[in-house]
Amino acid sequence: MATTGTPTNITQGSKTKGGIGESTLRPDGTLKVTGEFAYSSDMWHEDMLWGQTLRSTVAHAEIKSIDISEAVAMPGVYAVLTYDDLPTEVKNYGLEIQDTPVLAHGKVRHHGEPVALVAADHPETARRAAAKIKIEYAELPVITDEASATAPDAVLVHEGRDDHHIGHVPHPNIVHRQPIVRGDADEAAKRADVIVKGEYTFGMQDQAFLGPESGLAVPSEDGGVELYVATQWLHSDLKQIAPVLGLPEEKVRMTLSGVGGAFGGREDISMQIHACLLALRTGKPVKIVYNRFESFFGHVHRHPAKLYYEHGATKDGKLTHMKCKIVLDGGAYASASPAVVGNASSLSVGPYVIDDVDIEAIALYTNNPPCGAMRGFGAVQACFAYEAQMDKLAAKLGIDPVEFRQLNAMEQGTLLPTGQPVDSPAPVAELLRRVKARPLPPEQQWVTAGEQADVRALPGGLSNTTHGEGVVRGIGYAVGIKNVGFSEGFDDYSTAKVRVEVINGEAVATVHTAMAEVGQGGITVHAQIARTELGVTQVTIHPADTQVGSAGSTSASRQTYVTGGAVKNTCEHVREAVLEIGRRKFGSYHPAWATAELLLEGGKVVTDGGEVLADLADVLEDEAVELELEWRHRPTVAFDLRTGQGNGHVQYSFAAHRAVVEVDTELGLVKVVELSVAQDVGKALNPLSVVGQIQGGTTQGLGVAVMEEIIVDPKTAKVRNPSFTDYLIPTILDTPTIPVDVLELADEHAPYGLRGIGEAPTLSSTPAVLAAIRNATGLELNRTPVRPEHLTGTESS
Amino acid sequence: MRVNFTVNGRKQEADDVWEGESLLYVLRERMGLPGSKNACEQGECGSCTVRLDGVPVCSCLVAAGQVEGREVVTVEGLADYAKHREDAHPGGGCASGACGTSIDAAQRWQAKPLDGQTGEAGALSPIQQAFIDAGAVQCGFCTPGLLVAADELLERNASPSDQDIREALSGNLCRCTGYEKILDAVRLAAARQEEAV
Repeated sequence: MATTGTPTNITQGSKTKGGIGESTLRPDGTLKVTGEFAYSSDMWHEDMLWGQTLRSTVAHAEIKSIDISEAVAMPGVYAVLTYDDLPTEVKNYGLEIQDTPVLAHGKVRHHGEPVALVAADHPETARRAAAKIKIEYAELPVITDEASATAPDAVLVHEGRDDHHIGHVPHPNIVHRQPIVRGDADEAAKRADVIVKGEYTFGMQDQAFLGPESGLAVPSEDGGVELYVATQWLHSDLKQIAPVLGLPEEKVRMTLSGVGGAFGGREDISMQIHACLLALRTGKPVKIVYNRFESFFGHVHRHPAKLYYEHGATKDGKLTHMKCKIVLDGGAYASASPAVVGNASSLSVGPYVIDDVDIEAIALYTNNPPCGAMRGFGAVQACFAYEAQMDKLAAKLGIDPVEFRQLNAMEQGTLLPTGQPVDSPAPVAELLRRVKARPLPPEQQWVTAGEQADVRALPGGLSNTTHGEGVVRGIGYAVGIKNVGFSEGFDDYSTAKVRVEVINGEAVATVHTAMAEVGQGGITVHAQIARTELGVTQVTIHPADTQVGSAGSTSASRQTYVTGGAVKNTCEHVREAVLEIGRRKFGSYHPAWATAELLLEGGKVVTDGGEVLADLADVLEDEAVELELEWRHRPTVAFDLRTGQGNGHVQYSFAAHRAVVEVDTELGLVKVVELSVAQDVGKALNPLSVVGQIQGGTTQGLGVAVMEEIIVDPKTAKVRNPSFTDYLIPTILDTPTIPVDVLELADEHAPYGLRGIGEAPTLSSTPAVLAAIRNATGLELNRTPVRPEHLTGTESS
Repeated sequence: MRVNFTVNGRKQEADDVWEGESLLYVLRERMGLPGSKNACEQGECGSCTVRLDGVPVCSCLVAAGQVEGREVVTVEGLADYAKHREDAHPGGGCASGACGTSIDAAQRWQAKPLDGQTGEAGALSPIQQAFIDAGAVQCGFCTPGLLVAADELLERNASPSDQDIREALSGNLCRCTGYEKILDAVRLAAARQEEAV
């Protein structure tokens, strides 16, 4: 681990074993390797029923009639629900705009929209009953792109919109629009020696977490319901669930069950409300588990995008201006589209210095599948486009692509197009230097001592399609910037409850938050923070539930920063309370008790000089100290709706990639040989987890570069590949070695100096792979993912 | 229908099994063994991998009736299975291909139930420990299938090359890790196995 730059203002090396900075192992590791860890799909309850959702088979239609009579009559069926069975006036939900029907009413707006629910005593009975429900549709024309959405006579996806964005959009089929204007792009363009224009297409990516949407709803005796579910934010779900059920929030008790990955796909409600409705209707526990096919309809995807970019540069390689328009397809419902627009626009310049910009980002309402949060959240699409532009500019100017980026790289103090200064280290040029300096992987690794090539090292692998003929190597670079945390004035807080007490003669701590552990390792880090701050060895992590205040979402790379910050803050207050007890009991024995700089280390109260004053166990005896406190990072403000100006972001993280690919030019097959990363993480609280996170994010970026795309039929707006057979995610054979170089340049505004890390590696991975393929083939390649037909010129229109 | 088969060394019978049920469903919903996972139920992801008479299979693609009279090992029985193999073949290497378990030994074998309080088995198998130590577990949903596949790989190939590991695990999707730590874990288990010889 490389450590350079300013030291963090923390005690170097926690004296308590298992504190921050150590690669402590996951507390749930043993349960996960023995198969004992309870994921949301593993829940079981005596006498439980299985829920099944019936989804629309068409994308846009009026519902003429629904006939449930045959389904209701089936043995083993306990309930069949449609829109008419919803118990209250609240029939919609949504993250930002409540436009998503719990069950379709009068109309379906996208393929796979939930229309009816069934509860039965066997999942197969529930499936068969759902298949017996007869729905008569009158199909409507589908809106699938910007032209059809904004045509003067376009059908409105949502008639009678009255949300707060409607006043600022040029057409009701536009969810949200964010222009950003700074300087004078037209005037600056006159200084440019070269101008490069590009039009880029980003395909629809899916989070494809392995644990399908699932959970168990158990009716409780007070008329409420207990819900065990996999989600990214318990309290956000709660806010959307309770009103639909007509219950006060305290009667909907949510507990996080094991989450099999998330990546943004669990920010929106999926089966939560449906399971509760069925449980309350039948009076029995109801389990819903989507199969993989349904999972592709059960959550939002990453916005596909069209990006139109223009950059100018002078002969000596300085960027003059940038103009862009980013069109995001939000699909039928708003989900997180407004926030994605804010991110895409404010980060559309990338980690570069450009004073004169003219930017516009919009998200459309269409009849395509709804799109919302996915790792990288608007910044991914922008990075794909601006990095392609950088390579084109460098090529036109005859400058090395890495050098060109370094010439224009942002530094600490650079202003974003929103006018917000980047007030923490921004080692963009350094990250590029590091990935470039890494030795290249050996050429032609398929050559063996014997006569036979090792085809496993070749594009096409064991399909034995080449022994090296037609295979060319390419190298590409990319770098990106991602914001950390919820932006634009959102009250992005977290809550932590911490208790310290003596059990069996040893001081132990309990940490209770509502943070969703989705695999990122937050629970590992919370224990480390508690050990560092309280000097205890034993830390119990209480299961996440709604009995404690909100932790906010496990997304936006924010959770270690914000909930980690909340745990740190509460621990500090608990420590003060403990020391207060100590002063009360032992203050007269030693003058050091009167000083402020006392620490808890290794189960003892010590002075900052390391002198031991007392055992923690003796201080506490039979007293317990417990506090529950909220914690907030720096406030942000909304972007001005006309100019886009405003300090809207909390923090930034940066990563750079170098991709080395080998391409079989005859068949258009790509093998990524190596994908190296350098990322600044501020402070690595758990180095092992940090590296794992960076490698995982990198691999998702690789996926959307060469294989991952949800294909939507442009004529019918139906999803054509909702399965792991046809929606491909990288296997271990598709994934190269991923060397990781970690920088730790502290951000003085953040707890321990850390930076959120989850999303940055997903940004620059994709354009680096694309750049490498372009380098190998000489093709322009303005869309992602790249498929064989794009490389062999055999694409059918 | 009724299905009789052996799971992790114990004779089991499942009643009222619908003919269309998969082995995965029977294990998860009828046997209380949810360790085998249900990520795709179409044989694409490997998260439900179990050993059927020693052979790694996707249990979602095996009809329940097909396992009548046969032996299944799931992730829940992996530690015991590995320990037993170690007892039967000290050193664990399988150079001659004489690996696996004799029928006699299998009949004498008794699984030790896990301690329900802590989820701690008597001990973990080398591959399970290596997954934890190498940081190969993130969300963990792919982990059980990967463990069964990786354990089987090391049983037949004590010192696999990276290409061997990739080939053996190519049927197991992971979405969190980027596979690098998984490779580390298999290398670690192989190295420890070698040291132990």
